[in-house]
Amino acid sequence: MSAPQVWRDAFAERAEALPGARLPWLARLRGQAIERFADEGWPTRRLEAWRHTPLALLGEQAFVAADGRAEVAAAVAQLRREAGDPEHWLVFVDGHHRPDLSTPGSLPQGCQVGSLAEALRQDAQGLEALMGSADEGSSPAALNLAFAADGAFVRIGSGVALEHPLHLVFVSATAEAATHVRNLVQAGANSVATIVEHHIGLADAQTLATIETRLALDRDARVTHLKLQRESEAGFHLARIDAQQAGGSVFDSHSLSFGARLARTDIETRFAGEGCEALFNGLYHADGRRHVDHHTRIDHALPRGTSREYYRGILDGAARGVFSGRILVAPGAVRTDAVQRTDNLLLSAQAEADARPELEIYAADVKCAHGATVGQLDEEALFYLRARGLDEAHARKLLTLAFAGEVLERIRDEALRRCAREILLARLPGEERMEESYA
Amino acid sequence: MLEISNLKASVEDKLILDGLDLRVGDGEVHAIMGPNGSGKSTLAQVLAGREDYRVEGGTVRWDGRDLLALPAEERARNGLFLAFQYPVEIPGVSNAYFLKAAVNAVRRHRGLPELDAMDFLKRVKAEMKAVGMKEEFLYRSVNEGFSGGEKKRNEVLQMTLLEPKLAVLDETDSGLDIDALRVVADGVNRLRSPERSMIVITHYQRLLEYIVPDRVHVLAHGRIVRSGGPELAAELEQKGYAWLTGEADQARPAGAAS
Repeated sequence: MSAPQVWRDAFAERAEALPGARLPWLARLRGQAIERFADEGWPTRRLEAWRHTPLALLGEQAFVAADGRAEVAAAVAQLRREAGDPEHWLVFVDGHHRPDLSTPGSLPQGCQVGSLAEALRQDAQGLEALMGSADEGSSPAALNLAFAADGAFVRIGSGVALEHPLHLVFVSATAEAATHVRNLVQAGANSVATIVEHHIGLADAQTLATIETRLALDRDARVTHLKLQRESEAGFHLARIDAQQAGGSVFDSHSLSFGARLARTDIETRFAGEGCEALFNGLYHADGRRHVDHHTRIDHALPRGTSREYYRGILDGAARGVFSGRILVAPGAVRTDAVQRTDNLLLSAQAEADARPELEIYAADVKCAHGATVGQLDEEALFYLRARGLDEAHARKLLTLAFAGEVLERIRDEALRRCAREILLARLPGEERMEESYA
Repeated sequence: MLEISNLKASVEDKLILDGLDLRVGDGEVHAIMGPNGSGKSTLAQVLAGREDYRVEGGTVRWDGRDLLALPAEERARNGLFLAFQYPVEIPGVSNAYFLKAAVNAVRRHRGLPELDAMDFLKRVKAEMKAVGMKEEFLYRSVNEGFSGGEKKRNEVLQMTLLEPKLAVLDETDSGLDIDALRVVADGVNRLRSPERSMIVITHYQRLLEYIVPDRVHVLAHGRIVRSGGPELAAELEQKGYAWLTGEADQARPAGAAS
């Protein structure tokens, strides 16, 4: 049986039990989505956007559904400590909300944080507009739309500022399980919020996680989204982040991808109003035979938009890192100001990096700059450090961390920045303990 | 005591040091002078343990140890310090972190307790004052965007903090104005002590007006061709190198400032 057929059958079996199954608009949407996936299957290398990221392995794999009841309290508690004991904390296990592990904390008036499953059951107002459509993204996004049973549903009212970051925790706990999460975020005019996604994997056998996070930023809203991906080494992680920005809004996206056998993250934003700003800031580390791919797109659809995109990759072993950054400047999007930079650090001779800037500019009076580098650790700097008594492992780790530092420095929240740095530090080779930082 | 015997070393298959002999006793300051390309910097790099420089023969004994058998970091921890001719810029690593990591690597090796942040900052700030560096240089990336003089001061600062047994200064005077030169010389002179040896490598005699060496050696074609007291530097100032190297003098006398 072909892979698409397997998923179509699974859908036929499960559709009735999905939350909101009785809503006609949703049933139609899910039906279109599974049809699209059945039609297209997993993306192949023949698709330009997937040329470097083969999913053939997935096609041969059967996955089970998990009920979200796995015992993960200890791992979640540990993560919570690492994250600095956040105020707002929502946990999802194998794609299902776990109120027993969650503490939404005290939310300001006009701010709503909950489970998508619950919102779908109640057919919450405005859901249909946020949910998305079956033709967006690549086929895995359609698979996600068909199967997603839960996720976070977040509404920040107009003028409301969420003081502390909202942490969403997604745990891949069950071996051989496929989980599909859809997060919907609506940020009202002039609202301010920071949303953090943690993805951790506890299963040592293959897992599949598809995640779609959709953010709608109303006029002058300021939203920071930080994704910290630490799936297990056997995990397949396929994520898409889709932002729509109204005029004057500011969207900061930080993607830190450290785990998974294969991690693919598509990040897109569209400037649907004038004077929007976006920061796409990313850092990835892969070793062994792991694969990490970021596929980004910033659509300067209207004038006076500013975007800054900075991605850095650290690749060791026989790992492969892929970055593709498309910047689109629509006709008439005058006074667009876009900068894109991507730098890769190869720590071994077998590691490989592919970086592809794609600028499509259809407007005059714009500033667009891009650059890409691939390099190794600076031998001169290594020797300088060793000549001052640092052993080689320490020197390498220090220089690698310095390379990553530029990306981490852009994370404004200090607790989040520290957390990301510690996680990276623990992943880099070298036992040598680091001195505390002064920077 | 440092004893270099018949040292031969090559870079990219080109023999640069060709049978160099040198003895530096404890507490002594030796100057090594010589024209460009004579092997001065190669000697410094070989002593510091740079792997790109291949030792083809000879021995270097340091306090009875085989120096060449030690990797660079162990040489440093044992008290060898090279002040780089071209200090390296390291973006993203703060000078404070770097200095503290270096000091503690050496202290661990010597069996001394590591300095904590408070003690370290107290110490480093005092030494920075002595070499005329502003505190802001602690929080900037190592050497990044430093002027030539600031980089050299940073080298002297490191030397002061690490308290080496043997310091090798590789053209630390090059490109310095007279004020910076004095700071460097003062730093070196403050460190002079009966148990600390120094090798001061320079192209020009100028530095030796401030750091008066016990011995002066002239290096040419990878060998010491003449040794003498401090008066040899003055002689080179007048005559240039050609009379010692057997070549027509390429340019100006050794004392001419750049």
